[in-house]
Amino acid sequence: MTATQIQSPRSGNNSGKDSSGKIGPQYRRSGSSRGNFEMLAWLFMRLSGVVLVVLIFGHLTVNLLVGEGIHAIDFGFVAGKWADPFWQVWDLAMLWLAMLHGTNGVRTIINDYAENNSTRLWLKIVLYAATTVIIILGTLVIFTFNPCPVVDGVQLPGGFCPA
Amino acid sequence: MSAELAEPASKIELPAGVGGGGEIPTFDITLRVRRYNPEVSEEARWDDFKLTMYGTDRVLDALHKIKWEVDGSVSFRRSCAHGVCGSDAMRINGRNRLACKTLLKDLDTSKPITVEPIKGLPVEKDLIVDMEPFFQSFREVMPFLINKGHEPTKERLQSAEDRERFDDTTKCILCAACTSSCPVFWTDGQYFGPAAIVNAHRFIFDSRDDAGDMRLEILNDKEGVWRCRTTFNCSEACPRGIQVTQAIAEVKQAILSRKI
Repeated sequence: MTATQIQSPRSGNNSGKDSSGKIGPQYRRSGSSRGNFEMLAWLFMRLSGVVLVVLIFGHLTVNLLVGEGIHAIDFGFVAGKWADPFWQVWDLAMLWLAMLHGTNGVRTIINDYAENNSTRLWLKIVLYAATTVIIILGTLVIFTFNPCPVVDGVQLPGGFCPA
Repeated sequence: MSAELAEPASKIELPAGVGGGGEIPTFDITLRVRRYNPEVSEEARWDDFKLTMYGTDRVLDALHKIKWEVDGSVSFRRSCAHGVCGSDAMRINGRNRLACKTLLKDLDTSKPITVEPIKGLPVEKDLIVDMEPFFQSFREVMPFLINKGHEPTKERLQSAEDRERFDDTTKCILCAACTSSCPVFWTDGQYFGPAAIVNAHRFIFDSRDDAGDMRLEILNDKEGVWRCRTTFNCSEACPRGIQVTQAIAEVKQAILSRKI
């Protein structure tokens, strides 16, 4: 109703006036972008942040403080942890949340600082590609990790593997 | 007050005998003004003006003194000159202030005082910017009462508590100090900006208004409230002391609680 009477940047007939040598931005807010993506992204940042605090401090405590602490960390320690489904899920959650939280943060920074639309597009393509590769690779490592691989019927060396 | 006296740069005159009237301390300042005139040069430059000012003078008085006595081509906006109209927001020593509310004695007078146009809006000349992008966003949030009920025969009554809910955001004078202090707005000027959100807040939380949902929908945009990074520049810049960042947070929460 009222919206039709209001001249707005989105009504498309404001291409900006730059005949007088003005400096600074013009209004080129591109189209209406309703939908809840930005809201959900904002919410995700807060929720994942809270969960990550628990996951990361849990991770640091178990790896660096409990028992022999940092001196216990070796290949065998990691292999032992990933033999337990609990730590598989823990590390998976940490990987996914940290990657998506970080990616969304960098996406925000790109949106805030890239002034050129094509720069913005390319930076985001690189970002999303890197995120996808790391998430897939990390997930595969967590679930297909085998500390005692047998190649051609021969056990590869590893002192902690059952003979 | 004798009529034949030339108009002083300061309109504030203390009566003689109060605090040693007539003996207002004077000091020398250097005002470094950002000059830009597209008819002469595309390049902006700094001009220094050395002035002797009084302890009661504001930055606006110094600009008046320059314009009236030194260089008439210096251009700036001011209307009421008393912090109500919001015309003379400018960047003083790197902070957005109203020139008419900033006393010179409160600034560091040992160094040049820099005066620039507010950032993020197209400069037209010297300290004058094109406010149109700012008002475009303001218009978009529909800053007027929309009531679907019958028109009452007298005024629309409201309880003191209901009025209190949006009292802070009624103080806005649309000076653009907040919006032009926002780093997100500086990037590309497409963000709605704090001022538009503050003025939406004023109606969203008004119990007499029926279009709150519509305004929340407008601000739930890619360029809406979610671009706020809570840097508090706007709250710090507001010459009326509006808690701008808090108002934006309240609009965020209203959108969230409506959607979820």
